[in-house]
Amino acid sequence: MTRETVVNAALTLGLLIVPMWALMADEPFIITLATRVAILALAGVGLNIALGLGGLVSLGHAAFFGLGGYAMGILASHAQSYTPLITWPVGIEGTTSMPLIWLVAVLAAGLGALVIGALSLRTSGVYFIMITLAFGQMLYYFAISWPAYGGEDGLSIYLRNGFPGLNTLVPIQFLALCYGLLAIALILSARLAASPFGLALNAARQSAARVQAVGLSPYRLRLVAFVISGMITGLAGALFADLNRFVSPTMFSWQTSGEIMVFVILGGVGRLFGPVAGAAVFIILEHVLGGISDYWHIYLGALLLLIVLFARGGLIGLLAGKAAHHG
Amino acid sequence: MGDPILSVQGVSKSFGALAANRDISLDLRAGEIHALIGPNGAGKSTLIQQIAGGLRPDSGRIRFLGQDVTHLGPARRAKLGLARSFQVSALAMEDTVLQNALLGALGARGGAYRFFGAALKDAGLRQAAEEALSRVGLLDKAALQTATLSHGERRQLEVAIALTLRPKAFVMDEPMAGLGTAGSQQLTAFLDGLRAEAPILLVEHDMDAVFALADRISVLVYGQIIATGPCDDIRANPDVRRAYLGEEA
Repeated sequence: MTRETVVNAALTLGLLIVPMWALMADEPFIITLATRVAILALAGVGLNIALGLGGLVSLGHAAFFGLGGYAMGILASHAQSYTPLITWPVGIEGTTSMPLIWLVAVLAAGLGALVIGALSLRTSGVYFIMITLAFGQMLYYFAISWPAYGGEDGLSIYLRNGFPGLNTLVPIQFLALCYGLLAIALILSARLAASPFGLALNAARQSAARVQAVGLSPYRLRLVAFVISGMITGLAGALFADLNRFVSPTMFSWQTSGEIMVFVILGGVGRLFGPVAGAAVFIILEHVLGGISDYWHIYLGALLLLIVLFARGGLIGLLAGKAAHHG
Repeated sequence: MGDPILSVQGVSKSFGALAANRDISLDLRAGEIHALIGPNGAGKSTLIQQIAGGLRPDSGRIRFLGQDVTHLGPARRAKLGLARSFQVSALAMEDTVLQNALLGALGARGGAYRFFGAALKDAGLRQAAEEALSRVGLLDKAALQTATLSHGERRQLEVAIALTLRPKAFVMDEPMAGLGTAGSQQLTAFLDGLRAEAPILLVEHDMDAVFALADRISVLVYGQIIATGPCDDIRANPDVRRAYLGEEA
């Protein structure tokens, strides 16, 4: 067992113990915080596939987070107001079923990632950052100016969407759902990294010329990774909207993209549990420091600076040392 | 003799006012090692880039296995069976030696779109990768991180990856560079046997290796080929002596 495995196990244990304690101590707010950690970590797991494995510095992942959020908001608002989503060419109703919403969110985010990726992956470096940022902002301003779904004010959903067999309004049950999805995403992400695709994607990050010389297209590898990455972040967006029972254009904003990136960098770029550690620390800091000062971001900034300067592997790197090379 | 495996026909390439390659023609026939030599800045790297697909010629054509590949990118050419090794090692430095070789095996298989199942546990890939590593004598270093390899070992790994592709032709850009005398001799012996598998277009500065290996030599000076022929003809060619070999001696 490597040190990283131990750190990951400890993190998992922490994520399980805290809500159990909160349940017994009757602290529903802590459970909600844990749910936030799980959802934001999930968004980070998505970004980590593009950023950590693919080396794609996307400053536009809010686009997928927002697409997932609006997929939920639009479907649920139609179900809530008993108005059909579309009537032509076929009648489609809204829904409050989480599995269905997740499916739509993942598909919408995947399609968005396909379009954005196909265009932006033709560039690299700072241009790629700028183009992904621009796409995110485009969707942000579109959401603001689209009155049908709340425009600038966003959309409120009165009841949390349902999942068969669960009462999602009970915080611990919704948390369990989010944990379940995060666990699945982590397992898929680990398997992806070790798969032939992961090997090729990882090599394309390090030397595109090498990958081409063995007859593989770095562009196509990156595009597939970008779509998978966007899908996972989109799912997180749908959950985030459900957690708050509210969707707003802020989900699309570049600050959101930045925060998702902060989770990944704080926790450790390319490390499996990096986004989990990053999101957990982010939420703890927000909660603890936020109580002391409204300007808590300045401390977050200082921490981020220290991490980037002195611990390139993020928190996981700090605790578990350099990445292991499975050989 | 049949058609050449690879043929470069009247290729020219300029960068602004600088003509890097002017009307270059050469071919690579089955079973041969064709060495391309020339002083620094003669345009060898530019030509190799065009053959591998990284650069497009301004004019002229490149044919590989009878097919016009002038407008194909490097990945497509590699898929057709053109394997290259780089002058400056292009390897996944953070990965292990084995993972780099696996990448080659993966390319040879023709697709990397398998998302489940560990690459390291894929028996087929692993066998191909390990076989190639053992042929260049790197198998005992398979588990090491590539960045820890010596310069010479990286060159060997480049060759190993090329081997995993089971190519129809090799294009090798200074594979001996940075190797010690013993390493050069070892690689020379290895390449000598390799020509039976697929012909090699060899760019090399190590003249001992070139004269030991080459069936034919082309001499590139100031972007033009001034002579092509067997070793003895090249050695005796006064233009070549003046332009190139003389400077070295």
